Amino acid sequence: MKILLVDDSNTMRRIERNALERLGMTDIQEAQDGADALLKLAAGEFDLVLMDWNMPNMTGIEALKVMKADPKVKTPPVIMVTSEAEKSRIVEAIQAGAADYVVKPFEPDTLQKKISGVVAKAGMKA
Amino acid sequence: MISSPVRVEHINPFLRATTETFRSMVKTEAIPGKIALMRRDEERFDVSGIIGLSGGARGTVSLCFQRIPALKILTAFAGIRILALDEDAIDAVGELANIVAGAAKRELSQYNIQISLPSVVLGEKHELTGPKDIIPISVPFATPHGPFKLIVRFKSEDKT
Repeated sequence: MKILLVDDSNTMRRIERNALERLGMTDIQEAQDGADALLKLAAGEFDLVLMDWNMPNMTGIEALKVMKADPKVKTPPVIMVTSEAEKSRIVEAIQAGAADYVVKPFEPDTLQKKISGVVAKAGMKA
Repeated sequence: MISSPVRVEHINPFLRATTETFRSMVKTEAIPGKIALMRRDEERFDVSGIIGLSGGARGTVSLCFQRIPALKILTAFAGIRILALDEDAIDAVGELANIVAGAAKRELSQYNIQISLPSVVLGEKHELTGPKDIIPISVPFATPHGPFKLIVRFKSEDKT
């Protein structure tokens, strides 16, 4: 299973990477913002994306909307991992096509459970 | 220029956000001390993460550290050994401030606040200043790794 981590913070990408590796997921690439994520998605096939919201250059919600713009194009499930937690933001992300939402701060267990849930729902194996 | 009075309902969300962030992501208990008006002559730091607030309220929220506690706290947060106030430390401080600001923002939703991307000030014994019309509040926190300070500037733009 191939994962793309999208966050402008190197620290957050490391925290997420550690959580994924504890689930046995080690095929991981990273992107620094929404635009970088779209480039990497175009260049390779991913099974899951963890996406921050507030990033320079292109936000996560903007990237998500671009990803999901064409319903005929198959794209990986996206879990938003962000400090944006207002109900309106969560609704916006889900309506834009996010598979789930994790609010910072989070326990590592929470992130792992969300990832496992999305993976199971999509019928994927780690 | 008239400075705005400080309201406890503006500060408490930042206190809760800080303790919760440290508990869940730094795996460290952070105990707040006495809330006070910030005094410039007493407040000097080695690294600070700053988030700007705008929208229905404006100001800043800052997490401010001396060097040694910063290295220990950021090591616990980042999951790698941080031995100097280097690029990894700067990134970690900024992200920690970002998470605290975002968590506090949730409890202040009536102000429709936007938070900025983080800035980090790095420099031995620096001080933080801000707009004169916003009184900064300083809250010391104690952790097993050493102390740090939360500094909040918050002014509602509600004219009523």
